[in-house]
Amino acid sequence: MEKNMERENIIKKLENELKNVKTKNDLATLKAEFLGKNGIVTNLSLKMKEIPNEEKKEYGKFLNEIKVLVLEKIEAKNTDIEKNELETKLNSEKIDITLPARRSLKGSIHPMTRIVEELEDLFVSMGYDVVSGPEIDTDLNCFTKLNLPAGHPARDAQDTFYLDDDYLLRPHTSPAQVRTMEANTLKEPIRIVCPGKVYRRDDDATHSHQFMQFEGLVVGENISLADLKGTLELFAKKLLGEKTKVRFRPSYFPFTEPSCEVDVTCFKCGGKGCSLCKQTGWIEVLGAGVVHPNVLRMSGYDPEKYTGFAFGPGIDRFAMFKYGITDIRQIYTNDIRFLEQFDRKDVE
Amino acid sequence: MKLSTKFLKDYVKVPVSYKTLADDMTRIGNEYDSAAPLVPATGLVIGKVLECKNHPDSDHLHVTLVDIGDEKLQIVCGAPNVCEGIKVIVAKPGAVLPEITIKKSNIRGVESNGMLCALFELGIDKKYLHDDDINGICILDDKAKVGEDPIKFLNLDDEVIDFELTSNRGDLLSILGMAYEVGALYGEDVDTSKVETTYKETGEDINNTFKVKVETEDCPLFLAKSVRNVTIKESPDFIKKRLIASGIRPINNVVDISNYVMLELGQPLHFYDADTLNNELKVRNAKNGEKLTTLDKVERELTEKDIVIASHDKAIGLAGVMGGLDTEITQNTKNIMIESAIFDNVKIRMTSKRILRSEASNRFEKGLDAKRTYLAIERCANLLEKYADASVQTGLVIYDKTKKEDKVIEITYDKINKVLGIEVPKKDVKEIFKNLKFEVKEQKDKLIVTVPSRRIDISIKEDLIEEVGRFYGLENIVGKLPTVPLKPGKYNKTYREIKHKMAGLGLNECLSYTLIRETEFPYFQTEIKEQVKVLDPMTDEHTVLRYSLLSSLMNIYTYNKARGINDIHIFEMGNGFYKAQGEYKEEMRLACLISGTYKNQFEIFKFNFYDIKGILEDLLDYLGYKERYSLEVNELPKELHPYQSANVIVNGLEVGIIGKINPTFSKDDIYVFELSIDKLLKNRCKGINVSEISKFPTILKDVAFIVPKDITSLSLTKEIKRLGGKLLKDITIFDYYVGDKIDEDKKSLAFKLTFNDSTRTLTDEEVMEIFNKIIAGIKTKFKCEVRDK
Repeated sequence: MEKNMERENIIKKLENELKNVKTKNDLATLKAEFLGKNGIVTNLSLKMKEIPNEEKKEYGKFLNEIKVLVLEKIEAKNTDIEKNELETKLNSEKIDITLPARRSLKGSIHPMTRIVEELEDLFVSMGYDVVSGPEIDTDLNCFTKLNLPAGHPARDAQDTFYLDDDYLLRPHTSPAQVRTMEANTLKEPIRIVCPGKVYRRDDDATHSHQFMQFEGLVVGENISLADLKGTLELFAKKLLGEKTKVRFRPSYFPFTEPSCEVDVTCFKCGGKGCSLCKQTGWIEVLGAGVVHPNVLRMSGYDPEKYTGFAFGPGIDRFAMFKYGITDIRQIYTNDIRFLEQFDRKDVE
Repeated sequence: MKLSTKFLKDYVKVPVSYKTLADDMTRIGNEYDSAAPLVPATGLVIGKVLECKNHPDSDHLHVTLVDIGDEKLQIVCGAPNVCEGIKVIVAKPGAVLPEITIKKSNIRGVESNGMLCALFELGIDKKYLHDDDINGICILDDKAKVGEDPIKFLNLDDEVIDFELTSNRGDLLSILGMAYEVGALYGEDVDTSKVETTYKETGEDINNTFKVKVETEDCPLFLAKSVRNVTIKESPDFIKKRLIASGIRPINNVVDISNYVMLELGQPLHFYDADTLNNELKVRNAKNGEKLTTLDKVERELTEKDIVIASHDKAIGLAGVMGGLDTEITQNTKNIMIESAIFDNVKIRMTSKRILRSEASNRFEKGLDAKRTYLAIERCANLLEKYADASVQTGLVIYDKTKKEDKVIEITYDKINKVLGIEVPKKDVKEIFKNLKFEVKEQKDKLIVTVPSRRIDISIKEDLIEEVGRFYGLENIVGKLPTVPLKPGKYNKTYREIKHKMAGLGLNECLSYTLIRETEFPYFQTEIKEQVKVLDPMTDEHTVLRYSLLSSLMNIYTYNKARGINDIHIFEMGNGFYKAQGEYKEEMRLACLISGTYKNQFEIFKFNFYDIKGILEDLLDYLGYKERYSLEVNELPKELHPYQSANVIVNGLEVGIIGKINPTFSKDDIYVFELSIDKLLKNRCKGINVSEISKFPTILKDVAFIVPKDITSLSLTKEIKRLGGKLLKDITIFDYYVGDKIDEDKKSLAFKLTFNDSTRTLTDEEVMEIFNKIIAGIKTKFKCEVRDK
């Protein structure tokens, strides 16, 4: 009974004093007061000598209980203090997280590069090889071997920058057809696309004398107009959205027979009719067709064995549509404020 | 080609409206620009002027009372030729004319309930009208019935579809050709009986007195026919109105007939005043420098590529393009020699491109059907007899080298279906050819098709497949993907990665024009290449193909600077062009330009040489050239700063330049580099091969040397590396100092050296031994001091 009282008094005293303890130093002092050389608990244990032998065991137990209790309380306080100290330290390190970040310089990829890469990826995924012909090519490759002999009226349609009698700046990417077929000495089936710069003497305000074309050629057994249509449907959907429809209209190009103009549902109104599509709901985007047997023959392919299809859209307009560019000249002006808007990935 | 539907309907039934016709024609490949009534006006009626009084408040206006059948209208009219008793075109209130909508109005205090119209006010172009029709209202013939439609009365109830035809369809540059096309579209027959070619022949055979000599291969067919005693007068109304609807100005009956036949049959004709000829026409190539005054009174200088018609060796006409002034039809012409011929289409194209493009030259260029050449001259004779009181002289002078065999093409159903990619029913294929008036014989699965000569565009089976496709309807083709073997597609990944790395390093990609100013070509070249220039540039700005892309980037810099943008970091990748040993060369190049500042939070850094160097090194490291490149000063273009620039060497090969723009070229602080990507990529690099990570601790040592300013850090690094041996794994320069604390002509460079051995733990003693050896070696070699901390 007495011992219980004593124990409670000691603990109460400890708890009272702990209330005033703020630092680790205070706590060390307090610890000494109880457990140090002259400490309260130490002094109690000195009394052991006075305890009768038969009670020694009991007293030892009592002492130990007090010691453990005191240590526990002190340890708990220590944890508290450490926690507080850490909190104070962290608090003192508080920063304004809304201040500007440290960032690296931002660059961008040009919209035309993006369109080219997107189309390349689509066709590469279908097993097409991407080829790049020279921008300076011969009259032979650009015209004659595409079934446009000298004096052909269709040559007018693409007024050309000549460099001399034989060489010119390619007015279309179609010489890639000739080059690819001629390079294929075994005359095997072909699947290629050829993106690239093309040049035409065009003074028109809405046309640029330089623009990007994206040629496609497939040569094989039983390649048909239906294959062309399916391929262009994929092309149009990829670039202009899943709902895009494709329409073929018969037309004439010397390098293809049958030939067609290819329309897609208007990218502005979706086919309802608007000022862009002149209320028709359709926009003409490219010329295509089944490769003319003369073209195959001139490049060493047997038109009795093989057929093929070819297409060649100018793709500047697709970039305009995709990114909402209103003036085609912006594509070649390189205003930094324009370019900087292309600093992120495209939405897939 | 302006198609008058009224003209067309003479030859074929058109079961649809002109708008539907236009759209249906587009569906089969014949696009149109516009489709509209010839007179785009409504609310018109024939009226008779019952009264015509002077306006009380005007010296030129009249107040008329006009009977329009069901009512009488008071109309104020300002035309000088209005008077009582005439029949006129009345636009009633509510009428819509091209320029105005008619409303009841009050003109100077007098009520006016409509308008009396002049022809041009109805939308007829003034170029087709006489002065009388322009200066006054249209006075109708007395046969006109009050209350009826004046447009119909005037033969102007026509519609015009303006087609933009493809260059292969020369056959559609005629009403008859259009009739066959429309007939094929709707399964209608073509009534060729309307093309009357009968006439009475009189007198001696022309062949007895008149000769045609053709001395060139550029004229395979030349026909001449003589008609005599023509009366030159106005054409009958239907001819005039059809010419107007077709966009041709009526002149007189003779000229109009030549144009009428051209429109009807597609064969251009030329009429000579026969009395100015000397019983002979000769066709030959012109002589270089030969002169000819054409109908428009312009003296033309000719070349041997032009074809002329000559009389006794004097050129009197430019074949297929324009007649000569000396032999033209005048008001006094009595006797006419008609020419109907075919000339080489390429030659005509070249000549007309240089001299004049006309309805005639356009048809010659696209090619003609020899059968029509014959038909046209007979048709001409018929019309001249009928409408110009001509007597047609017996005989036709003929020079003819044309082949007349029918084109027979064999094709199988299978081939048609394979090319189109759909199954077209056999009966549809036969129906299409039948509608086109192609003769078809069927032999099992094979069709033997005889194509009429008018279809000059058709010669091979693919052409026939196109006919099937366009009439069956390309919209019926269902898209599918080609059935081809699987294989991986290839593309140039490295080019792509270079662009993306550059963008990742903070540069904006540019795309600029290949053609630049001639003066800009030599910029940024160390040895100036031979330039490539276009023969006929459009402007000075776009004349020569660029070699260096930096001149383009400099222009982009200037453009943006002028718009207040000073922080510029850009690149472009593209071909550079030049000529060497007579051959055109293309080389893939990469150029980069930085100028201004970049901000990093609160710090603002001004771009300097080390920024552009950093971009270059990051790129080269990324491409796998780490430790294989260096900057050396060999030969620099004068556009670069001589002491802040260098040549870029990769594996011993010079691949480009780097540096600051020379202040004589631009005063701004601009840093650039340009590489030949082709040359760079010639240096192959090895793939990534991971080296073992050392399990033993590294030891770091720092040392700073004070050296003369012109000793490069590279020379120190190289020497340290040599002295450090294989245990020295890395050398980093971590401080550079010039300033008060050291001599003015000295700099301090601090190095951090990393020592390691992957097989054991190094002792401090052995590292110190190497470290001291390095310090001693550097001190001796560069006669320099170690900087105390």
